[in-house]
Amino acid sequence: MVELSNIVEVKNISVNYHTLTGETVAIKDLSLVVVKGEFVSIIGPSGCGKSTLLSVLGGLVQPSKGEVFIKGESVKGTNPIVGYMPQRDQLFPWRNILQNVLLGLEVQKKLTKETRQKAIELLEKYGLGEFLHYYPYQLSGGMRQRVALIRTLAIDPEILLLDEPFSALDYQTRLAVSDEVRTIIYNENKTSILVTHDIAEGISMSDRIAVLTSRPAEIKNIHDIKLSCEEISPIKKREAPEFRHYFNRIWKELDIK
Amino acid sequence: MREKVQAVSQEHQLYLNKVKQESIRVLATRVAILLIFVVGWEFMGRTGIIDPFITSQPSRIWHTLVNLYAEGVLFKHIGYTLLETVLGFISGTMLGTFMAIVLWWSPFISRVLDPYLVVLNALPKIALGPILIVWIGNGPPAIITMALLVSLIVTIITVYTGFSQVDMDKIRLLQSFGATKWQILRLVILPASIPTIISALKINVGLAWVGVIVGEFLVSRAGLGYLIVYGGQVFRLDLVMASVIVLAILAAIMYQGVLYLEKHIAKWQ
Repeated sequence: MVELSNIVEVKNISVNYHTLTGETVAIKDLSLVVVKGEFVSIIGPSGCGKSTLLSVLGGLVQPSKGEVFIKGESVKGTNPIVGYMPQRDQLFPWRNILQNVLLGLEVQKKLTKETRQKAIELLEKYGLGEFLHYYPYQLSGGMRQRVALIRTLAIDPEILLLDEPFSALDYQTRLAVSDEVRTIIYNENKTSILVTHDIAEGISMSDRIAVLTSRPAEIKNIHDIKLSCEEISPIKKREAPEFRHYFNRIWKELDIK
Repeated sequence: MREKVQAVSQEHQLYLNKVKQESIRVLATRVAILLIFVVGWEFMGRTGIIDPFITSQPSRIWHTLVNLYAEGVLFKHIGYTLLETVLGFISGTMLGTFMAIVLWWSPFISRVLDPYLVVLNALPKIALGPILIVWIGNGPPAIITMALLVSLIVTIITVYTGFSQVDMDKIRLLQSFGATKWQILRLVILPASIPTIISALKINVGLAWVGVIVGEFLVSRAGLGYLIVYGGQVFRLDLVMASVIVLAILAAIMYQGVLYLEKHIAKWQ
């Protein structure tokens, strides 16, 4: 039976890739449950199949075995309640900021006066109100990333899939943007699944962390992150005394040689 | 947003002056080369160092143009050639882009047609001239087809390559929103390829001139290519030179037009 609070349920999925030279097992018998409102990070060695897992959740890749349920329904393709935030911002340079944010609504044919107004309000709420008619190249990397998040939020998804969305940013911007993004997601009360290879980023942003093995990806361990820090800000959370314990444990589990 | 420094320092002013002086020198040298060439040509013709009957000379070219204009045929010939060229490169670019869309839409068709495209690309299209005359007839339609054929295959290949190079992650982003293939084409492939299509247009302007002039050499009763061939046959080098110069000016203007278009369409680049 499917419990209602389990918004995402991954049941024993395996993913194989086929090329002329052979078959690669990217994911093997992986199961995972995400509760509504939770922020879960998936950490694993590079090339372990983290992004593939996200593609399966987003309905872009069909698993070879097993099934994924979102709100109790089996995933057969893309789902409008799932929003995907890609690596790098992928803003379209020929569209201005507002047009970029409206992209998802346009594709899903949900662009109305109301949804448009809501998108503008989101941009205004998160400090981009005066940049509606700017083009992406006129904005800094951090602002572009915020636009990319709002583009995902504009279709009003319940679940956000974040595919290493900060990997292209320099370190300082990365800290600042992950702080902003975590706060925005918290305010908007979305369930989020973040793929990252940055242990500190994972600990500071998440409620739970799933550590994957190297390919084929299986769940190695799942950590409940409980930091003695009341704030939601990842930068503040990094100061919690438990932070380095989690860091050391996950680092050892990743077993990078 | 960076603020502009209001007051210009002396050092910066010196730098600006230097850049400006350099530009003036380049322009002056360009004009000087043209003047020396034209005056030298005229001078050598008049003093008998070269034979104007064979080399023509600027004053005779000028008279030829004035005469053509007085007879009322100058703009007729220019008009024919210009119209054929414009129709040739626009239809070549449009049809080529359309074919590229077909190839992008169906990887199967793309794989099937690949060797044919390679062969057609390698073939000098000029060789098809006589076939076109037989099939289409002796006149502007055959010439336009020639101009189209010269640019078609290279357009298909250039634009299709541009389509294939569109960032996969942008396509995936659209797919994550549930986009159809048609939406992917309209929202990302075509807009992302506008620079490629314009660069194809730039190549095609040049190729269309080749197609049109060769076409006019073969079949025409009017146009600059016809004047050049006719002038050569009756040994009127003044007419040949005058036509070539008009052709050079027209080709340059048209190329500048495409550059202007490029600058104003893809502002976001």
